[in-house]
Amino acid sequence: MNQNRRGFMGYAFGAVAGVGAVGSLYAMKRSWDPLPSVKAAGFTKVDLTSCEENKLIVEKWRGKPIFILKKTADMVSSQNEADAARDVVVDGAHYTVCIGLCTHLGCIPAYNEGKHGFLCACHGGEFNASGIETKAPPPSPLVIPPFNVDGTTLVLGEEGDAYKKMKEAGVTA
Amino acid sequence: MAHFEKASSVGEWLDQRLAVNTLQRVLAKEYWIPKDINFLWAMGMVLAVTFAILIVSGIFLLMYYQPNVDLAFDSVNYTIMQEVGFGWLWRHVHAVAASVVFLIIYIHMFTGIYYGSYKKGRELIWISGMLLFVAFSAEAFSGYMLPWGQMSYWAGMVITNLFSAGSLELNGVVEWIRGDYVPAQAFLTRFFMLHVLLIPLAIIGLIGLHFGALRIPHVNNQSGEELDYEYEAAEYKKGNKAASKVIAFANDFMSKDMFVVAVYLIFFFYLVFWNFGFAMDPVNFDPADGLKTPAHIYPEWYFLWSYEILRPFSKDIGLIAFAFAQVIFVLLPFLDRSPNAVPASRRGLFKIWFWVMLVNMITLTAMGKLPPQGIWNTIGLVSALLFIGQWLILPIITKFEKKV
Repeated sequence: MNQNRRGFMGYAFGAVAGVGAVGSLYAMKRSWDPLPSVKAAGFTKVDLTSCEENKLIVEKWRGKPIFILKKTADMVSSQNEADAARDVVVDGAHYTVCIGLCTHLGCIPAYNEGKHGFLCACHGGEFNASGIETKAPPPSPLVIPPFNVDGTTLVLGEEGDAYKKMKEAGVTA
Repeated sequence: MAHFEKASSVGEWLDQRLAVNTLQRVLAKEYWIPKDINFLWAMGMVLAVTFAILIVSGIFLLMYYQPNVDLAFDSVNYTIMQEVGFGWLWRHVHAVAASVVFLIIYIHMFTGIYYGSYKKGRELIWISGMLLFVAFSAEAFSGYMLPWGQMSYWAGMVITNLFSAGSLELNGVVEWIRGDYVPAQAFLTRFFMLHVLLIPLAIIGLIGLHFGALRIPHVNNQSGEELDYEYEAAEYKKGNKAASKVIAFANDFMSKDMFVVAVYLIFFFYLVFWNFGFAMDPVNFDPADGLKTPAHIYPEWYFLWSYEILRPFSKDIGLIAFAFAQVIFVLLPFLDRSPNAVPASRRGLFKIWFWVMLVNMITLTAMGKLPPQGIWNTIGLVSALLFIGQWLILPIITKFEKKV
């Protein structure tokens, strides 16, 4: 009888301690989560109406530079299929939208308006106006961030239909 | 209520309440240290003193440092360095000590490996020591974030990215560790907390365990001789101090220990006053900028060997090799299958194993600093493979080792 009571006390204590331990671990985990304000700031809205053709706009999204480039009619008509597959079409205009970090080692390439291409100063990598690599060392095209189009506003961080299609087609990583 | 006699002295009063005489006997006067040792046996005390120096200098830095992404850089580089009286001293002492502590840790480690001080009852000393190495590594990394310069930021970015586990792309884990998509305010404040509270607490606890694990098996000696501590202690207490093979921890051994510490401190303060530059990366004197990557991102010298094991391989294999290098030293007492707890010089193939390991780790360190191209890339790859290979053959060569 005495032993049974001891056993019961042991289980009861174990249960209380277990609930307490799991509860506090969960609270600790949650306290390390990104704050709601940080998550809300993870969406960047860009109004595209003010974009000028062939002028690069650099926006900041989740601490990373985002390249937005409105293509001229000439650029659109002269590009190939692979380039066109990466175009974000808003209100009839074609845009390049990509994370402005070289896929080699993460440097930020510069845009050359005359040559319609990007040059990375760190190791000499080059990309065309659609962000596809044209000269090594970068191993892959500039990454397209999750985006959605809302009228003439580009929402970065939200996975819209156009982005999902690109992802399915394997246009971006 | 227990019975207390009236004490006739302060010492007796304390002894009644805290058993200070027993403590002194167990921890110092009758804690026996072999005579057959050399200056390498003082590295533990050198480390303890360096850790104390880090705490003291850290306290003074803590009074002016501001863990805020907008203020941190200036609070270090302007307030502490230019306004606070002798602020530069605390910063340089802290930076130099953080670097030198790893040099001493490596000497301490390789001394233990050479003399076989990780087996026959000393396994826990080794394991707690390797846990201390991990804790000191975490302490060094978190401290490196605090000045919020370019190297702080990008090292923070790269190291936390390791937790995405390569192709598993566990980006959620990385964001959870950072508390943001990139290193930002949440990241800086939590690493500040880790650096000034949680990790130092862990280190102090582990030091207690490390010392405690040493008390029963006692310190090893230069020849690996098994001592009869009761007999030797009795000889010593009888007054046969010359014949006894042991001395008391204090004051005998401590006086030798502190002499080595004094020589070390002269070297240490020479570095602090005239050669602190090696501990201050010039790139970190540019404020953190998430939109500008430094041309080369490399770790401090003490992490270079494991960084070089990560680098020559493809992403996933590199991460596995890196993880292997981080944990494998802990397993040394179990991978060494030989019963011989004697210096490596008397252990045949293990002697070669030891020196190849030491030279190879220095090679890896050198290659980690050089740009990954041409012949250096090849040397780095060969060294990394050799490092892994050495650990794989260790159980085999020690299993066939002759008993000495």
